[in-house]
Amino acid sequence: MRLRLEKRLEPSHRMLVLTPVLSVLAIMVLGVIIFDGLGYEGQQAVWELFFTPVLDVYKWRDVATKAAPLIMIALGLSLGNQAKIWNIGAEGQYIVGAIAAAGVAYATQNMTGFWIIPLMVIVGMVAGAIYAAFPAVLRTRYGVSEVLSSLMLVYVSLQLLSYMITGPWKDPDGHNFPQTAQLSDAQLLPRDLFDSGIPPGLLVALIAAAVFYVVVSRTVFGFSIRAIGEAPHAARYGGFSSDGIVWATLMISGAMAGLAGVFELMQLTRLNLGFPSGYGFTAIIVSLLGRSNPVGVFVAGIVLAITYVGGQVAQTVVHVPNATAGLFQALLLFAILASDLLVRYRIRFTLKNDVSVQRGDA
Amino acid sequence: MSKFTRRDFMVSAAAASAIPLMGASANAAEPLKVAFIYIGPVGDYGWTWAHDKGRKELEAALGGAVKTSYVENVKEDASAIPVLRDLARQGNKLIFATSFGYMDQVLEVAKEFPDVRFEHCTGFKRAANVTTYNSRFHEGRAVTGTIAGKVSKSGVIGYLGSFKIPEVVMGVNAFTLAAQAVNPKIQTKLVMIDSWFDPAKETAATETLANLGCDVVATHTDSPAPLQFCQKKGIFGFGQGADMSKFAPKAQLTAIQDIWGPHYIARAKAMIAGTWKSEDFWDGIKEGAVQFAPYNASVTADAQAAANKVIEGYKAGTYDVFTGPIYDQGGTLKVKAGEKLGLGDLATIDWFVKGVQSA
Amino acid sequence: MNMTFIIDALVTVIGITTPILLAASGELVVEKSGVINLGVEGMMLVGAIAGFAVTFETGNPWLGVLIAMLAGASASLIFGFLVLSLGANQVATGLALTIFGVGLSSLIGSNYVGIAIDSLDSPFPDDMAHDAFWRIVFGHSPFVYFAIFLVLAIGYFLNKTRAGLVLRAVGENDFSAHSIGYSVIGIRYAAIAFGGAMAGLAGADFSMVISPLWAEQMTAGRGWIALALVVFAGWRAGPLLAGAYFFGVLMALELYAKASGFAIFPSQFWAAMPYLIAVIVLAIISSRDGKGGTAPACLGKPFIPNG
Repeated sequence: MRLRLEKRLEPSHRMLVLTPVLSVLAIMVLGVIIFDGLGYEGQQAVWELFFTPVLDVYKWRDVATKAAPLIMIALGLSLGNQAKIWNIGAEGQYIVGAIAAAGVAYATQNMTGFWIIPLMVIVGMVAGAIYAAFPAVLRTRYGVSEVLSSLMLVYVSLQLLSYMITGPWKDPDGHNFPQTAQLSDAQLLPRDLFDSGIPPGLLVALIAAAVFYVVVSRTVFGFSIRAIGEAPHAARYGGFSSDGIVWATLMISGAMAGLAGVFELMQLTRLNLGFPSGYGFTAIIVSLLGRSNPVGVFVAGIVLAITYVGGQVAQTVVHVPNATAGLFQALLLFAILASDLLVRYRIRFTLKNDVSVQRGDA
Repeated sequence: MSKFTRRDFMVSAAAASAIPLMGASANAAEPLKVAFIYIGPVGDYGWTWAHDKGRKELEAALGGAVKTSYVENVKEDASAIPVLRDLARQGNKLIFATSFGYMDQVLEVAKEFPDVRFEHCTGFKRAANVTTYNSRFHEGRAVTGTIAGKVSKSGVIGYLGSFKIPEVVMGVNAFTLAAQAVNPKIQTKLVMIDSWFDPAKETAATETLANLGCDVVATHTDSPAPLQFCQKKGIFGFGQGADMSKFAPKAQLTAIQDIWGPHYIARAKAMIAGTWKSEDFWDGIKEGAVQFAPYNASVTADAQAAANKVIEGYKAGTYDVFTGPIYDQGGTLKVKAGEKLGLGDLATIDWFVKGVQSA
Repeated sequence: MNMTFIIDALVTVIGITTPILLAASGELVVEKSGVINLGVEGMMLVGAIAGFAVTFETGNPWLGVLIAMLAGASASLIFGFLVLSLGANQVATGLALTIFGVGLSSLIGSNYVGIAIDSLDSPFPDDMAHDAFWRIVFGHSPFVYFAIFLVLAIGYFLNKTRAGLVLRAVGENDFSAHSIGYSVIGIRYAAIAFGGAMAGLAGADFSMVISPLWAEQMTAGRGWIALALVVFAGWRAGPLLAGAYFFGVLMALELYAKASGFAIFPSQFWAAMPYLIAVIVLAIISSRDGKGGTAPACLGKPFIPNG
């Protein structure tokens, strides 16, 4: 008996959906074992980590609030993923978007008007897109890998943040602490919409997911992205400019990251050194877990938000260290990446000397 | 503060503090649930460790009348809000938030839970159910500065700071003024590393200060790494927040110990008695909030005497390191001879005294 | 400016540079073989806690060093397995490794906070190690000497040995190497494990020499600087050595300027410098055809043999 890996003719749709689910389940089981091994109440810890955020209605708001930025950024990343353009530096665009919005807030600090918040959003998205333009131009003009250039720029954006909040935009009422002034009421969205418990960010993420769904599946643009990713030469032959796709995907994902930054700014109500929360990196996990598909990304964003919220609950209730949440997210990603194999390949048990070719699923 | 019209803390706090809050007394049979949120791990042997020590002292003092719990490594961003909410929902009636960066989060959650009392350490915004509390760490700096001034042979002492915030600025100033009192020619070199905690950078910065002639280095950052370097190099330093002598027995001349126990005990008792009200606490050596580790062998008898004099002076209320004349780096007289720098000015200070060399 | 000052300044720079040099050297080998492992920061932290814990428990720092390398290598092999044998996306897997390393090291390290160990100091006799002048040569920890030896050895290996040539071939043209008969996957596994061991060693430098204690995330982003350094050096060993010390000088300069009372530029400018320069260098070397050193042609692409 031998094990053989056989490439499928087409990625298995069943496996595409099943593998994330299986991964989550596998990690839950692994979690119980790890926690028990470390001396904690394993089952209770995993329960708090994965189930309490889902079952406790009070926690839904926290999950929704956490999921919104993840989904927004991941939607933009998914576009690039499909074209094999990897925007690792989304965190930097997220930060720059927030900085730009804080700048608008600074300029309008004593003003009121309905136009302020939309202006913050637009400026944030444009700033994020501009920051993503650097990796784009580096790739199209100089052939520089966008992975490396966008990553380096994340660290530059952190320094920019530090400079702005300790210098020009420092809160005059803040006793010299490194933070901006708090956003005024005209610059903040309510924490939930009409007392429904739904944060505005999640609504925006939902709308964005719908828009992306339409664009990717119904437009020529969406088709061209998938084409460039699957068969670059054929796509170029067909007239799709790969440079154009690079620009488009990077700037769109930059804009989405900037959008998330603006909404998070409104959550924190000011910029400080604790602002960068790594959402830009976690969104990469979300986009992969969601198979770069808008619907999948929406669900995956909720799943990862659950691990964040669950990690905090587990820490408060079971006293597991909060590093655990990060560990679980990493294990989840490992599981997903490993299980990718099942999507692209069939596992065949063959009898010795059996060399007949097996047909894959259609 | 015109932009905070709907958040008029100062007015409401002043009004509310005139009326003792009722309904906060716990049932005699039911213990008072007290919770703490920490910015770091309890084992950090510094800031958080000192707070947790205070929590344990609270448990020891009040026994079955209280039930304490804590959450460590709570990040100073929006994620602190769910943590505080959960603690409130779990039935904790007194919650201590032990770092500046929890300010907005505490205030927001406090609005949602008017019957829960919050205490924010090192903050400056209060509400009807939010108290602020702090320690006069700068008094500790006056003591260490005195010792540094006596022990330093090069006449150059170093200060490793984090950010240019009032707490650090007054620390540098107290350190320098006290050292100048025993050695008028002393100079302080200051490096701000823009972080509270980065052992490698703290080490490199201490190394730089040492290379530039400092033979005593005080720190305002949280890890024992600077002391470890001092030990290696054969120079001296001070423990920060807790006795760090096990990391550097030869180098640590003494340590400034943050003693939070008495405050926690007093506030829990106030809760139980129903007398808790929103105030601002700023305790120092006199109240026992700032204490010192034993002097090591390198603290000469002369230095010990001078340091003890400062401590006794604070206890008796006869000494204040910020007594004029005090000049700033540019030579302007900021405090006249015989006058003292008021606590209000101290809380917002942003200038260094003459003799501090800073970028 | 006298001799003591210069020597002291050099010692500071060397101390800052060493862990970055170690991690970057390991990553250089990995990337030369065609794989990009973004998990350097995670592997460094795993090595840091492993080295610290073992040294504390056994009292033997050399055992600590060994286990730190093994820990780094083991962590890297998770990445290797996913990427080489399961064909997973290298960028995502590397990121996952970083998050994993941060979390795992924090979890294990929670038992080791507030503990001190002796730092692993110079292997030379005291009078040489502490001599006013000769300490610049003899006063460093074994990590420093090894780091310099390592990068020179890697340079020699890559350019002057047969095995190095094969490694480079695997990174430049994996199909050709495969058709000649070399095991692309096997060579890449070895490169990844080596990179992991060096990253683990770099982490141990933090917890065993620079500041002999354990603190969560104590590497504070040096892993990312190491990644930037490989790019900055154009994937060549000589410029890697020079570049590492250049970064070290920049970082030390920031501190010296502050301590001396100068703030020519805001400190954030200095801190951003290594990354900005890396991006600029990337642009320069990518637009020149190979003369300035280029990324290995197969960097990041999975190798899937036909049949």
